Amino acid sequence: MFDTALTLADLGFLAKGAAMTLAVTAVSVLAGTVLGVVFGVIRNQAGPYWSMPITFLLDIFRSVPLLIQLVLGNALQSILKLGWAPFTTSCVVLSLYTAAYCTEIVRGGISAVPATTRRAARSLGMTWWQDMRYIVAPLATRVSLPAWIGLTLGVMKDSALVLWLGLIELLRASQILVTRLQEPLFILLICGAIYFIISFPIARLGGYLERRWSND
Amino acid sequence: MIEIENVRKSFGSLEVLKGINLTVQKGEVLTIIGGSGSGKSTLLTCINGLETIDGGRIVVDGTDVHAKATDLNKLRRKLGIVFQQFNAFPHLTVLENVMLAPVKVLGQSKAEAEAMAVKQLTHVGLGDKLKVYPNRMSGGQQQRMAIARALAMSPAYMLFDEVTSALDPQLVGEVLDTLRMLASEGMTMICVTHEMKFAREVSDRVAFFHKGVMAEIAPPEQLFGAPKDADLQTFLAATH
Repeated sequence: MFDTALTLADLGFLAKGAAMTLAVTAVSVLAGTVLGVVFGVIRNQAGPYWSMPITFLLDIFRSVPLLIQLVLGNALQSILKLGWAPFTTSCVVLSLYTAAYCTEIVRGGISAVPATTRRAARSLGMTWWQDMRYIVAPLATRVSLPAWIGLTLGVMKDSALVLWLGLIELLRASQILVTRLQEPLFILLICGAIYFIISFPIARLGGYLERRWSND
Repeated sequence: MIEIENVRKSFGSLEVLKGINLTVQKGEVLTIIGGSGSGKSTLLTCINGLETIDGGRIVVDGTDVHAKATDLNKLRRKLGIVFQQFNAFPHLTVLENVMLAPVKVLGQSKAEAEAMAVKQLTHVGLGDKLKVYPNRMSGGQQQRMAIARALAMSPAYMLFDEVTSALDPQLVGEVLDTLRMLASEGMTMICVTHEMKFAREVSDRVAFFHKGVMAEIAPPEQLFGAPKDADLQTFLAATH
């Protein structure tokens, strides 16, 4: 009834692509989040005037299409003779892209912690750092989590664009198979299903943490 | 002893403290009354260094609060303060709320801090709420938790900044009872309050602030019974 030329080896090829998607996403989200937290705290602490350079830079990463960033980033690294592999370039650009969004999420999370609560912490003799660590961080994380999960899922799908730098990730692997087997609908269906299988646990993890942290 | 000498403080062009002179002795209960905007709450936040001052000085047990060399985090250990808002740490249980600062700031062991926290929470009548999260409690209970949290640091002085102002009327009594208990135990307290009856009962002295000036200070019988300052007379007539 249903005939396909897709072999087990082809599925393995897709799985390798998915592994590449996961690797690029994991590195970028991790590095982007670390940078985002640092920039977010700076933006919050320094006020809008002093953090203007960071804000401006991050605005660029938020407004220019990711595809253009990847191509320009790749051109820049070759002009500067950095000799980066496509994987490195992809991760660097995608990390900055993630950081740009994450900074806003972190900034919003921190400002959601009431000033009076922080004042109470400082009144108990806590240092700025202790206040950040024990009061602000947990409360801001709870507020920011849904937006951060959304960002992670978004970055994973956007990471498909690194195929333009020659990386064979999930979407590119699917394209290659489509070209060879001429079964676009079936293969794209499988590709979409794999994206879903990767995304679903992340989305559920977010829901689980939200419930766990609701204190009820 | 808390010595306040000619303290001035402005927010922009608005001068909220116009040269306050006041000394609070160990074991004394001082209440500060006055209309809103009289500077009384600002004075409290200046005493523990949350606000800077523009003139004069505040000395707590020989330490100049606003001197550059002063370690404010260390000084604040001996100045407990409770605010109008309850300021519970919502992600921590009642017990954890009270234990946090003793463990992280004073370096107490968990067991030591827990014993102290249980003692203070029982003292304010929350011995059965240890594992509860603050958002499950009434405002009065949250405010008593905030008092226990401050007391767990074993402060030498307690500052209360309108601690009953954000409470439903039926919850005011339980918090005032807690303050009365502390006063009777000999805690040195400065209470900014709108509760005249409470001020009359517990205070050794009552200070009336008006437009950034301490217009009158006297024992409660005298201040409420025979007020000299004209603004105080108007204020008392309006609050009765």
